Amino acid sequence: METAQQEATAASPKEAEDTGIEITGAVALLEGLLAEGVDTIFGYPGGAIMPIYDALYDYQEKLHHVLVRHEQGGIHAGQGYARSSGKVGVVFATSGPGATNLVTGLADAQIDSTPLVCITGQVFAHLLGTDAFQEIDVINITSPITKWNYQITDATEIPEVLAKAFYIARSGRPGPVVIDITKNAQLQKFNFKGYSACRHIRSYRPKPIIRKEFVEKAAELIDNAKKPFVLFGQGVILGSAEKEFKAFIEKTGIPSAWTILGAGAIPSDHPLNVGMLGMHGNYGPNVLTNECDVLIAVGMRFDDRVTGRLDKYAKQAKVIHLDIDPAEIDKNVQTTVAVWGDCKETLPLLTSLVKPNQHAEWLEKFRDYEKQEVDQVIKDELFPVTEEMTMGEVLHNLNQLTGGEAIIVSDVGQHQMVTCRYAKLNNTRSNITSGGAGTMGFALPAAIGAKYGTPDKTVVAIIGDGGIQMTIQELGTIMQSGIDVKIIILNNQFLGMVRQWQQLFHDRRYSFVNITSPDYVKVAEGYGILGKSIAKREYLVDALKTMLEHKGPYLLEVMVTKENNVFPMVPQGCSVSEIRLK
Amino acid sequence: MSTENTPIKQEYNITVYTENQIGLLGRIAIIFTRRKINIDSLNTSPSEIESIHRFNIVINETEDVVRKVTRQIEKQVEVLKVYYNTNEDVIWQEMALYKVPTDTIAEKALVERLLRENGARAVVIRKDYTVFETTGHREETDNLIKALQPYGLIEFVRSARIAIIKDSEGFNCKLREFERTEPAPEIVENEYLNSRDKVFTM
Repeated sequence: METAQQEATAASPKEAEDTGIEITGAVALLEGLLAEGVDTIFGYPGGAIMPIYDALYDYQEKLHHVLVRHEQGGIHAGQGYARSSGKVGVVFATSGPGATNLVTGLADAQIDSTPLVCITGQVFAHLLGTDAFQEIDVINITSPITKWNYQITDATEIPEVLAKAFYIARSGRPGPVVIDITKNAQLQKFNFKGYSACRHIRSYRPKPIIRKEFVEKAAELIDNAKKPFVLFGQGVILGSAEKEFKAFIEKTGIPSAWTILGAGAIPSDHPLNVGMLGMHGNYGPNVLTNECDVLIAVGMRFDDRVTGRLDKYAKQAKVIHLDIDPAEIDKNVQTTVAVWGDCKETLPLLTSLVKPNQHAEWLEKFRDYEKQEVDQVIKDELFPVTEEMTMGEVLHNLNQLTGGEAIIVSDVGQHQMVTCRYAKLNNTRSNITSGGAGTMGFALPAAIGAKYGTPDKTVVAIIGDGGIQMTIQELGTIMQSGIDVKIIILNNQFLGMVRQWQQLFHDRRYSFVNITSPDYVKVAEGYGILGKSIAKREYLVDALKTMLEHKGPYLLEVMVTKENNVFPMVPQGCSVSEIRLK
Repeated sequence: MSTENTPIKQEYNITVYTENQIGLLGRIAIIFTRRKINIDSLNTSPSEIESIHRFNIVINETEDVVRKVTRQIEKQVEVLKVYYNTNEDVIWQEMALYKVPTDTIAEKALVERLLRENGARAVVIRKDYTVFETTGHREETDNLIKALQPYGLIEFVRSARIAIIKDSEGFNCKLREFERTEPAPEIVENEYLNSRDKVFTM
């Protein structure tokens, strides 16, 4: 194996192209990863992927492999890596249960458009279909939750399929790709003639072609609008169009609100940033969705958690939808003008056509609603007078200390909504959370991946007492790698979001939401991670400071009010304008 | 074609041009099953272009749903193009085979006439049974089952529907666009935007 590796790396691409070299499928795979610029892999070995791991032994210097504690942790780490760095996350898993443990992460990455290439081992080709040991039909299981998947049974296919996988994962609307490689293909030697990146697949159109007349029509609508309103999503970030987006809203002076995956595309304190959309979003953006005259949606998909009741959603408005994915246009909300294309290209076109404008009075309306929200909700959440701590005040104090420069990774539930609402974000790609899938257990492994993706940044994972216990084994990954992740557990001793719904909609029948926790500090200690637990406000700032200043991983548990609710709230089945402040 | 958002379900013929790829059938089927839509008929065949396959799928749905489904199919990496059409917009046929006892046919001239009237022809004639074949629309093949039932219809099978789009100019020129590595800006890809309220394409 070693000689093969030396040959593979020693041979210049030119030489390899001419004569080719004999290498195994496993080595060809690793060569391909290197050619794609991969330097980090999250994975877990096993029987059917052993030839790849054997080859990896010789590539440790160039390909850093992070041994996770569960494949789900591996794929969430890959997601965190991709989301923070903008690169493709790479994950290894073995066949059977190794591969099925990726399923939740794949579904999460598919719905949140995260570029991943997952390599799964598979039993020998001659055993396919025989119920062999650890044989599971990975291709069919993952078809609905991958952008593309492919099974390789012959080593000669590896370079081309891998190139296709990377191209598909990162181009257009990104997404996860699974390559399932049978063990015989990993072992098989073949004449490797070098790796060439994929740039075109004839049946695949990553970007629809921009139609100028529709951009013109959109510009006309925007110019004539009295109360225009911009909604932006992760499309702005995925398209690296943050600058273009900022230029567009600044020229037009349009108030802009974000989906939770779009958070951070413009800084939290940008004067035109009016806040968060959706079920637990801000008051103004929700109410005024049903008052604006032109709604401009940029790189977002009108998720039901954003729109509430669809037949009462922005019915008065003309809708402009900019999206790279034609299947998103008119899927949930009927558009007046659809601007298909990459927003990195469509936004500058639109900006060049629209007239400079300001909407001071209209913007003021958002600020008025904000004042009401501050009075009735935010004040009590960030500066509580109660004895017990709130989640919001933890976020507020964290903001003070990080200045908005940290990458914030949140799990799923009440603390996630609080985090998205209150975290100060100065930079793009700094809010990492499971949006569409709402995967509890996402944050801890995703934070590990995020730190690998952006080692110079402070990465803070904010997790509830429910979510942490779903993937707590990844503390082992942190222990072994020493990766510097800060973990804040906001412990309210409940599965808080479900409890909130039970309180509001099920007559306080608290059915199985009372969850106990281990002594997290001791658990952390067992993993060699420094930890602290606090229950009193007077210790909060110091504890946060200690955590942030500590070199290396740190776990801080903060005991917060047990029965606190996240408000505002658009109850399910209600219109966005029926948002409740309490 | 019905106007947008008319919540009336009717038969739609979905034509999908694809690469020949293992697993693609599953990926396409999932898009229907996910929305709990029954596939009434599904046929895969070669197309006018070598290496490109053609699916003919028939479902009973509202246009709004059909449009969303076709877009989601077109999103699949190996799918080149998807069209949807009502029955009026396509020429379509289904083939059916009927196995009937030969002695009944021989004894009763009525049956023979019945078959002739229905445009059926004998494919196999044996001592014990005869197999007839007919091609046509669903009602026609259905009618013949009813007619043959009293004479001891032994076996019946009907093929999937195949359909040719009346307005289609074939896929050859479209394919040339697809094959270009760098599509020129003048290539009109967003046909849907061109003909939003016209029939032919999504």
